[in-house]
Formats: sequence, structure tokens, C-alpha cells
Amino acid sequence: MLERNALTLPARAGLGLKPEHYGAILDGKPDVGFFEVHAENYMGAGGPPHRYLEAITERYPLSLHGVGLSIGAARPLDPDHLSRLRALVDRYNPQSFSEHLAWSTHDCGFLNDLLPLPYTPETLARVSSHVDQTQQALGRRMLLENPSTYILFEESTIDEIDFLEAVAERTGCGLLLDVNNVMVSAVNHRLDPFVYIDRFPMNRVGEIHLGGYDEAVDSAGDRLLIDAHGSEVKSDVFELYEYTLARGGPLPTLVEWDNDVPDFATLFAEAHRVDTALHAEAERRNSRAA
Amino acid sequence: MDILVCQSAFAQALLDPAAPLPANVGSARGESDPARFAVYRNNVYVGLTSALARRFPVTARLVGEEFFTGMARVYAASAKPRSPLMFEYGDTFPEFVSGFGPARALPYLADVSRLEVAWSRAYHAADAKPLSVGDFSAIDPAMLARVKLILHPSASLVDSSYPAGSIWQAHQSTEVSAVRAAGSELVLIVRPQMQVNVCILPPGPDRVFARAVANGETLGEAAIQSMADSPSFDFGGALVGLLSLGAIAAIEISTEEAS
Repeated sequence: MLERNALTLPARAGLGLKPEHYGAILDGKPDVGFFEVHAENYMGAGGPPHRYLEAITERYPLSLHGVGLSIGAARPLDPDHLSRLRALVDRYNPQSFSEHLAWSTHDCGFLNDLLPLPYTPETLARVSSHVDQTQQALGRRMLLENPSTYILFEESTIDEIDFLEAVAERTGCGLLLDVNNVMVSAVNHRLDPFVYIDRFPMNRVGEIHLGGYDEAVDSAGDRLLIDAHGSEVKSDVFELYEYTLARGGPLPTLVEWDNDVPDFATLFAEAHRVDTALHAEAERRNSRAA
Repeated sequence: MDILVCQSAFAQALLDPAAPLPANVGSARGESDPARFAVYRNNVYVGLTSALARRFPVTARLVGEEFFTGMARVYAASAKPRSPLMFEYGDTFPEFVSGFGPARALPYLADVSRLEVAWSRAYHAADAKPLSVGDFSAIDPAMLARVKLILHPSASLVDSSYPAGSIWQAHQSTEVSAVRAAGSELVLIVRPQMQVNVCILPPGPDRVFARAVANGETLGEAAIQSMADSPSFDFGGALVGLLSLGAIAAIEISTEEAS
């Protein structure tokens, strides 16, 4: 099933790997395109996490997704964390490594959230140099993910897509397009999510993320979507995803469900829904080409 | 605004709910909105307290979810993770718990949380093949007194004035079983293969022996200390006990003369 040395993920549905599903996956050998793990959860010296991940990567392609590098930080990247990432990349040779356009570490320590940054020439230079440094440390190209945000910065002078594209242009990195994040940010900032997809440089996208949002209201009673990863992909996000596929073609697509993790059958059903959409788009393209 | 200044202001407002919102934060309506900024404040604290709840499930069960979240929140306000490795967050939580006034009615709580720190360290520790009784029998008996046992990378001892091990064990199933133990316990936490084992060591000289071994004493010295505790100390039994629990990874021969 696995092309051991493939450099890219297959254009299939992938699932976030959760410890509660290790057994179900190894026993049931479900037909899943790839698994994704948060790199930081596998930075211990040994034990069951590595034992299971080794067994699972023998059968499935792996996407290594970092949540703690703090690429958007004003502070320099943590060399220890880069070394830990390098060790994981060397050990598992994942088909993809990705991180976020966000920051999470400051003088006070690690804040365990993906925090937003203003888009200015200064932050563009900073993020680009951090992406460069990461790619050099890992000896490979990375994907940078668009964020979900709840606020805007007054000093931002660069549009988010232009910012991401400029980082990709300067560093050669690819992009990870989180379609749920697009919906969350678009609703929160009164933008049209379809226009965002229309403008996104699809030729640079190496992976898509899907997840479930929560819904609240802000102080003025405006809709406020929250990137929660605790439920199925909402129907408006799935519609936006199909629109994305129509523009960009079938791409490796991860279903993120990190909180209130359901049983494996429920996750697998989400993967099947995504695979069906990917297959339909491939068919549509084949019939158009014929 | 300089990016470093901007992030310092953001982080400060994030961690102090009473602080005003950063001046440069706005919304599509123009003005800043506390409800929007509150999402970040909430994410940070929920993220940290739920990481602690995952690492300290029995501590949380002993006090209930609401109390635990409140206690974890007070801890998180003063202790942020030092690295993005969230399974290491809370190494100092037991000390905090022992001094946390509202939990004073449960004097054993801090020891249970120390046991849970040891458990998660054992879970993520380096893998190593434990030394077997068979491996050990190859040692020249004349050298025995000068042998130092090297603990398995996953092994540690938790010393408690309370039955912390029994309390922990009683909370491993959905139904909490009755805790019949009383008094102090010495608990060995070790993961010889993929399963973390929590073993309550027998009282008396066996505890003295295990502590001495963990402190890096030679077997000769450990035996002397154990005998001093009780002349009925069974050296062979205590040694085989530690080996069969998988607690020993290697031996070292001390170059110092046996005393």
C-alpha cells in the first residue's frame, strides 16, 4: 500500500493518529490514505508512542505536523526544538512536514496556542528567515499553514494570501491550505471564503486540512467561529472544500479531530466522505480530458 | 509597532484577564472586541489545564473535575510550559499541590500527583532491556558487595507517608475499589517493556534496600543498611524482587574498596 520513498502524500483522505485508535488501526488495517501526527507528541525518548508509530508507518504514509515551533515568533527559533524535529524526520522519513503561520512561545514560556501576527514587511522577513532556517535544519521542504484568527491587527499592511505567497516565493516552501481555517477567518472578518479560495495559489498547496468549528458570537452579537477540532466537518466547510478541489484538483486531505475524539469508525466515515469527494473530482477531470 | 514589543504586549494581555487589550488589536468593525480576544485567553488556559488533566487523571478524579480545573488554572497562571512537549508540563505540579490551601484536606494528593509524574516519565522514557535474574547470576559472587545496580531508564521510586500507591491503584477502573491500606508506602514505577507497572514494595528492610539501590549505593552498602533496619532482611529475595520487576538495566562494579 505504501510507496516507501514517496516524497509526497497521496491525494487521498488522511486521519490524525490518536493513541486511542492505535489498536483499531493495527488490527483492522483500514484503507486510509495517510496518517498525520503532531510532532511534539512523539518527542519522548521511547515507549509506546514510538512503538506504535513505527508499526503504523510501516503500512501508511506519514504527515508530520508541528504545533510548537513558533515560526511567527519575534524570538529566534529554539535550536533544541529544531534538533528534536530533525531527529523525528530522520527516524520516520515522513512524506510531509508542516507547521503554522503563528507563534506560541514567548519569554514567559510555551503558550500552547497558535497566536496570530500582523502582516507587515518586518514579520514577512522574520517568518521567511524562520522557514529558511527550518528547511535547512530538516534538510527538506516544509509546508506552511494558513491560520484561523479572531482578531485583526491595525498595523497589517499585507494581505494574508499575499503574505503566504511571498513566504513561499522567498523560501521555496509549500503551503498547507486549511479550508476550515479559511471559513473561520472569513466569517470572523466578514470576508468571502470562496474569494479566498479563488485567490489562493493552489499550485503551491501540498496538503489540505479539514476540521470542525464551534460557533459563538462576539460582543456586538456578530457570528464568531472558533477553530475547535472537536466535531465533524461542517457542511459549509465541506462545500468550500469541494469548491477548492474543483479549483486545485485532488490533493492529500487531512481530517483533524483532536478534541472529544470519537471512535475510529466515526473518523473513518469522515475519511470516506473526503475520499468520495476526491474520487468525484478525479472522475470529473478524467471525463473532461477524454 | 516592533514585532517583539507587539508580541510582548499580546502575551501580557493574554495571561492577565484584568489587563487592557493590546492597543493594536482590532476587528472587521474597526474597534477591538474583548469577546474576540477572550478566545485566545481561553484557548491558552483550557490548553494548559487540559494538558494537566491528561497527565494527572487520578489527581483529577480525587478532587473532581471542577476543583481540578480551578487548581490547575492557578498553577498555570504562574507556571508555563518550558517547552512545547506538553507531556512534560507539570513536573512541578506536585509541589504546587502540596502547598495549595484548598486541597489541605487531602494530604495524600501531592503524593498521588508525584506518582503520576513518575508514570508519564516512565511511559516516555528510553527503551532498554531489563537485566534478568539469569544475567545477574553470571556475576562472580566475590564481586557482589561492590556491584552497583543501574536503574532502568523508566524506573523511579515514590516515597509517600500515605498509601499513595494503593490510592492510585484503586482509581484505575471505572468503579473505585475500597482502599484498605493505611500508613506509608514506597512505590516503584517502571516500564520494562511497553506497560508501565506501579508496584507497592513490601514494608520493612526491602524498602531500605530499594532506596539504597536507587541512591547508587553498592549492594554491600545496601545490604548493611537493610540489615540495620531488620536482621531478618532477605538479601536474595529483595535482589531477585527488583530484578524480576524489570527495575534494573545494568550493573557497575565500584572501584572503591568495600567497607
